[in-house]
Amino acid sequence: MTDISVETRPLKFWQGVNQALVEEMERDENVVLVGEDVARPGGPYGVTRGLLDKFGDLRVRDTPISEAVLVGLGIGGAGVGLRPVVEVMFFDFAMIAMDQIVNQAAKFRYFSGADMPLVIRTMCGAGGPNGAQHSQNFEAWYCGVPGLKVVMPSNALDAKGLLKSSIRDNDPVLFIETLGLLTQRRDVPVGEDLLIPLGVADIRREGSDVTVVAIGRLVDRALEAAERLQEEDGISVEVIDPRTLSPLDTETILESVRRTGRLVTAQEATAPCSVGSELVALAAESCLSELKAAPIRVASPFVNVPTPLPLAEERAPGVEDVMSAVRETMQGS
Amino acid sequence: MGNQQPLVQAAPEAGSSTPLDRYRMMRLSRRFEETMEEQFHEGQVPGPLHLSIGQEAVAVGGCCHLRQSDAILSTHRGHHHCLAKGAAADRLMAELLGRSAGYSLGRGGSMHIAIPEIGLLGTNGIVGAGLPIATGAAYAMQVQKSDNVTVCFFGEGATGTGAFGEALNIAALWRLPLIFVCENNQYVELTPQSVHIAGDIWRRGESFGIPGSRVDGNDVEAMAEAMETAIARARAGDGPTMIEALTYRWSGHFVADRAAYRDEAEVQEARALDPLISARALIDDDVADAVDSEIEEEIAVALAFAQQSPLADFDSLSIGHYAAS
Repeated sequence: MTDISVETRPLKFWQGVNQALVEEMERDENVVLVGEDVARPGGPYGVTRGLLDKFGDLRVRDTPISEAVLVGLGIGGAGVGLRPVVEVMFFDFAMIAMDQIVNQAAKFRYFSGADMPLVIRTMCGAGGPNGAQHSQNFEAWYCGVPGLKVVMPSNALDAKGLLKSSIRDNDPVLFIETLGLLTQRRDVPVGEDLLIPLGVADIRREGSDVTVVAIGRLVDRALEAAERLQEEDGISVEVIDPRTLSPLDTETILESVRRTGRLVTAQEATAPCSVGSELVALAAESCLSELKAAPIRVASPFVNVPTPLPLAEERAPGVEDVMSAVRETMQGS
Repeated sequence: MGNQQPLVQAAPEAGSSTPLDRYRMMRLSRRFEETMEEQFHEGQVPGPLHLSIGQEAVAVGGCCHLRQSDAILSTHRGHHHCLAKGAAADRLMAELLGRSAGYSLGRGGSMHIAIPEIGLLGTNGIVGAGLPIATGAAYAMQVQKSDNVTVCFFGEGATGTGAFGEALNIAALWRLPLIFVCENNQYVELTPQSVHIAGDIWRRGESFGIPGSRVDGNDVEAMAEAMETAIARARAGDGPTMIEALTYRWSGHFVADRAAYRDEAEVQEARALDPLISARALIDDDVADAVDSEIEEEIAVALAFAQQSPLADFDSLSIGHYAAS
């Protein structure tokens, strides 16, 4: 929550990412950016526009379509003193580099005791007409990997502050941007070295009846749902955005769930073995006796992402889905 | 990691390597591995052991002209690379024996050694995985405008991975200061290279514009000379080189593999080409004898150091996953 005395300006999500990169590259010459189409084209969605001109083609570099090498550039670079940011264009492509991410980057400190200051940026979600191989949400897969951090901002402010912190972090960070959020705006402080700590959840809205833990694209939808539920049903909804998925701020989340006694999770990913599943398991293990209703996971249906955008949007959970889940947990109260 | 001071510092001074230094390092590597093999059979090695006995010349010739600030990537069969790049024999032994004085506190074992402070960016449990990392180290050297170089050791089996093609392409495209050293020991896990390799490995870089050569990997002087040229080229900013070093894996894929899939005659033939014989022939016998005794002493001290170190315990497993905050 931003101090109202600080001057702010509405920023789009992509601009938050862009500013974080610019500021960190200006601050530290060891920060480099490599990836497919990041330099001359400025990114497939323009997220990295302007960086090549500012920092030159050694530090901002287009790579061949070689995902394993792309992540390897970051690992080897970090191993000899850089703080690389590598961009894997779509989250779906990270599977080609999975060995480098999971078996190499995440193990480096365990084997050597040395820092591995690497950020792997990627783009998830069904925010465009991109179909079943360019729209998936695999964040949960990486949350089970010791040594790796997983960050998933839901808005411009967090995108900027979390990316800056991720770049300064000495562990490998998988930084997941969401296509459907790129042009969404949020007020961001001007002229401030904005650092948002990793591993700290944000209570975006306080409430007393139901805790909604939402990630990525579902955070704004959960906030809207909370507003409407207050107005239409008089239900007080607390909305928490974990922001960092690994390590997860279980303390903040469980404190809230204990207080409200009700948990709804909301995400764009499908439900099985997802972040929502993990949150429900945590609640069950930690405070089952304090729950007043069965938790509910709001998630995309267990089907592939269709290419036509209207269908893809229909597949992703919306405000109404969050509202019905919250109402369901309140039934009988 | 850890505060243990190494008792044995095996690193040679970079850039001033002599045939004597090279023989010494090869002998150290040989005796290190023979000792580890004995320890394995005594049940003291809590993990797999892939021996490089017979392949010492590739690592020693490959590293003898490197600086500490140069980087190497090694493989699952990498004790000789580790030692040649300057790993301390005692801590390396401790790691293999699962002792807390090891480089990964005894939790990693032989395939999981990384010592970035001496430029060793990792042995590796995944075949071919060092290739992408090597491109990153070489790219960093370019960004840092240093004249350091990266050497990527890999077996012929790794040429079957996609990472091999990716790495060759980008190394040539970006003129990276990177030397690809294919340590061709004729066997890929449990099958001969005929199951794996089409064409000539040393020519695989040709269409990328990467000069390649095939070297007698049992001749440490030939190896060192080929590396000297490749290193000079890389330091000058002229890009990558491919060297295929032909050698032979004396042992099975791992210590418990009796390698029944090959003829004993073939093994005996290879053993006759022992790289230590030709390396030793370049120095006086009495000097070589003195080196051999020194190495025996070093190995004994290193083994005692490792054995005296406590076994890794369960509490240590939580160490070193994330930076201390």
